Amino acid sequence: MSAITSEHDDHAHDHKPSGIKRWLFTTNHKDIGSMYLIFALLMFFIGGAMAMVIRLELFQPGMQFVEPQFFNQMTTVHGLIMVFGAVMPAFTGLANWMIPIMIGAPDMALPRMNNWSFWILPFAFLILILSLFMPGGGPDFGWTFYAPLSTTYSNDSTALFVFAVHIMGISSIMGAINVIVTIWNMRAPGMTWMKMPLFVWTWFITAFLLIMVMPVLATVVTMVLTDKYFGTSFFDAAGGGDPVLFQHIFWFFGHPEVYIMILPAFGIVSAIIPTFARKRLFGYASMVYATASIAILSFLVWAHHMFTTGMPVFATLFFMYATMLIAVPTGVKVFNWVATMWRGAMTFEVPMMFALAFIVLFTIGGFSGLMLAITPADFQYHDTYFVVAHFHYVLVTGAVFSIIAAAYYWLPKWTGYMYDERLGQLHFWCSLISVNLLFFPMHFVGLAGMPRRIPDYALQFADFNAFISVGGFLFGLSQLIFVWVVVKCARGGEKATAQVWEGAEGLEWEIPSPAPYHTFDTPPVIK
Amino acid sequence: MQAHRALVSKLLLVALLMFGFGYALVPLYEVFCEVTGLNGKTSNTPAAMLVDGVDTSREITIEFLARPNKDMPWIFKPEIRRMTVHPGEVHVMNYLAENPTSQFIVGQAVPSVSPGQAALYLHKIECFCFTQQQLAAGKNMLMPVQFYVDPALPAQFNTITLNYTLYDVTASWQPETQIEKIGE
Repeated sequence: MSAITSEHDDHAHDHKPSGIKRWLFTTNHKDIGSMYLIFALLMFFIGGAMAMVIRLELFQPGMQFVEPQFFNQMTTVHGLIMVFGAVMPAFTGLANWMIPIMIGAPDMALPRMNNWSFWILPFAFLILILSLFMPGGGPDFGWTFYAPLSTTYSNDSTALFVFAVHIMGISSIMGAINVIVTIWNMRAPGMTWMKMPLFVWTWFITAFLLIMVMPVLATVVTMVLTDKYFGTSFFDAAGGGDPVLFQHIFWFFGHPEVYIMILPAFGIVSAIIPTFARKRLFGYASMVYATASIAILSFLVWAHHMFTTGMPVFATLFFMYATMLIAVPTGVKVFNWVATMWRGAMTFEVPMMFALAFIVLFTIGGFSGLMLAITPADFQYHDTYFVVAHFHYVLVTGAVFSIIAAAYYWLPKWTGYMYDERLGQLHFWCSLISVNLLFFPMHFVGLAGMPRRIPDYALQFADFNAFISVGGFLFGLSQLIFVWVVVKCARGGEKATAQVWEGAEGLEWEIPSPAPYHTFDTPPVIK
Repeated sequence: MQAHRALVSKLLLVALLMFGFGYALVPLYEVFCEVTGLNGKTSNTPAAMLVDGVDTSREITIEFLARPNKDMPWIFKPEIRRMTVHPGEVHVMNYLAENPTSQFIVGQAVPSVSPGQAALYLHKIECFCFTQQQLAAGKNMLMPVQFYVDPALPAQFNTITLNYTLYDVTASWQPETQIEKIGE
């Protein structure tokens, strides 16, 4: 080991194998972070293409382009890919890239496991996507795979779906363990807990959520597998099981999962807003406590997805109030972001624009979530497009917008070049307008009673749906501008300074741009 | 590295425990539903005969429903649609089952009580749903359920609906003779 190390010392400090081997065998957190991000972008477009198929079919009432069963496969795999293939790997990519730099560590704590947790991911999605081409088709029971749809009534590809989910879960758990160990053990001297940037804090809490709930997802898919193929009856009433039990176990995983997809977004926005407002983050400590409270509360609200299963009044009241309680820490966060901007010297570069859009649109998604939390109202909203509107506001204009904001914010640090501000602004405005054309009318058709996951609809929803589909196509096309910006920025442009943004503070802005292959081999001094 | 290993094993342990916890939710859910009577599940074990008196001041209507699962070819009906009982009175009620097919079929009835909270107060002393029922081709039988309503039934309930869904479990049925053979 020491011989190899000394040999390396003779070369340039960023010695690495060339070609494909560099990427296959890399244990460098920056390489792995980049691979996660590129993979997530690819998955975003594959999942997006499926959304385009859905919107094409729903452009007009009646059946035009696809069979109902294929439509169901599209809604299912779109959901699975966007959740497990786009949003979660993108956050993991950002964590890999930024956390070691932000805490002054030379790399992630477990670099080989890091390589492994990335490289099993493409196989999971290969299995999932290829199952669409099997006789009988891919999974068609919705991303929530409720029993008995996924047990009694599912097609032969269900085993592949289960294995794909297992691999995604293992990858996420390994990634989360790596994040926790890195943050716990490898902070530079002087980087105390309450000095950590909020992105590190939110990811630290997210990682705990991941190791707590991804195993529960593994349990529930295993039960589906044995119910379908090995004669157990966890969810089969004939054998003494209960299909409602499926929903309880699934949502025990599922609700913390939605916070897994939003807490790192809070961290990103908490990094961007102070930079472009040129003020310190307002209420740092309250941000940390709010994130922790959201994480704890996320374990106590799962049954608000199940109000229509016939729960007793007491249980619905408990879950209703517990859900509404989450609005309090979330409100603290929104208040702090607004207070950070108050009397700040604000400029409106692309990352700031996406962060501002995040605050406004995520709050809209939060409010529709509060509406859904009201039990008696939920009986009307349940399984309508109102729910679709709600979770796309929190996941697309919430999580995805924050990831795009993060990409613009740190792109100069990654590539060493400034991105094209004019193109970035074009991307922002196209996205902002089209995403609202796409998702806002869904509130109306949902309140009017249009059910989700159905390839056809009643005539009175026709105009709104045509409108929504046009918004969808525009939003999909707008994302091509993003690819253009990223490629252009990677290939060259105006040189970025080390600090990149005038108001930026933190360790990542003290190293040169692009970030050297190895950073903080000797720990930095934290002031 | 040593510090990493200790922390990693703790975190892996958490992940493993949570995987087990997912499975533990199954019995927890069963016990929770049985104790609270949520979900309309009635107890699967015979209740003791009531010794306290009958509350003749109250009348409770019991409605009987029966439904064969869609893959179950038996004809399955309650003998009567409803009866009026006093809390504490023991009654016997018969369900009719007929196997119109030319095959031997084993059935399992799964009860459900509505409103769900009343399930705790409907006690069965004997029920055909406690065991699997067998019918040869073309045969029929009466399947009794012996029950009483707990006098402690809260005042807001005056009608209880008892529904049985009958499932075909022939595929997973193990004849007792086979079990005896294994014993020998």
